[in-house]
Amino acid sequence: MLQTKRMINVATDVQSEGGLAFHPLDQFIVKPLFGDGPVGMFTVTNATLWMAIAILTIIAVFVLGSKGRAIVPTRVQSVAELMYSFVYKMVEDVTGKDGVKYFPYIMTLFVFILFANYLALLPMSFSTTSHIGVTAILGFGVFFAITALGFILHGASFLGLFWMKDAPLFLRPIIAVIEVISYFVRPVSHSIRLAGNILAGHAVLKVFATFAAVTLVSPLSVLGVVAIYGLEVIVAGIQAYVFTILTCVYLKDALHPAH
Amino acid sequence: MEGELAHIGAGLAAIGSGIAAVGVGNVASNYLAGALRNPSAAASQTATLFIGLAFAEALGIFAFLVALLLMFAV
Repeated sequence: MLQTKRMINVATDVQSEGGLAFHPLDQFIVKPLFGDGPVGMFTVTNATLWMAIAILTIIAVFVLGSKGRAIVPTRVQSVAELMYSFVYKMVEDVTGKDGVKYFPYIMTLFVFILFANYLALLPMSFSTTSHIGVTAILGFGVFFAITALGFILHGASFLGLFWMKDAPLFLRPIIAVIEVISYFVRPVSHSIRLAGNILAGHAVLKVFATFAAVTLVSPLSVLGVVAIYGLEVIVAGIQAYVFTILTCVYLKDALHPAH
Repeated sequence: MEGELAHIGAGLAAIGSGIAAVGVGNVASNYLAGALRNPSAAASQTATLFIGLAFAEALGIFAFLVALLLMFAV
């Protein structure tokens, strides 16, 4: 909220100085959809709108598109089946048979991030996953769920995750400290990785777009935008994949804490 | 003066993103070298490849984040 205000200030400052045609971070400003009031917890903003569109698209593909449950799938159904079996195989490969129970949660994460990333690539759309507020909820949700799951399944012996039995005895306390730190940094890096990648990609896209205002380099700018856009299409898919597979890796640690 | 120093700091932080690119390239090149020697084992290691890429890239993103904080929050 405060940050958004600050970004608006910065954006207007830059415009008045007359550097770039528009500020590359203007696209991330959270605005209320109706009126110009302050953004509170329950204000309907453009972020809300695009998350809702992502969820409606998911419902269209996975519920309405696959309603026929045909043996020979229609086009939409086969897309849904491809994604389903892709994530299912990933969970099974990384966590093993006993991790399959938690497949619905991981599938939800994957599909939401994938659709949000791809919808953000539409012109004039809003990239919800570029906001740390959105990805932190996803990342910390995974962190708390998996920590709770580890303690529920293994009790106090879950702490064995931090106590390396293979290491020499005098090194074990030092390794334990490092392991604890790296465990608590996980949700931070998990969420910042996704938000940072999307934010950086979209900002670069807009920076190249501002160069189009300069007549001399505008053909190059258009080529640059096309090339970066192609890269962003790949990054959107890869980041959804990376977020999901890291969730699987963390889940594996919770299911089998002994190394 | 302080604002200008923040801009210099942001530029220095961008070097961190470049160094992360070296790390990402290192992961990918080693994967490709291994995959060409033993193509049959390559497919089973793509997940590991992406995890390695993600960890290397995250640190570059942290440098980018420091640059953003210096530009807009300090």
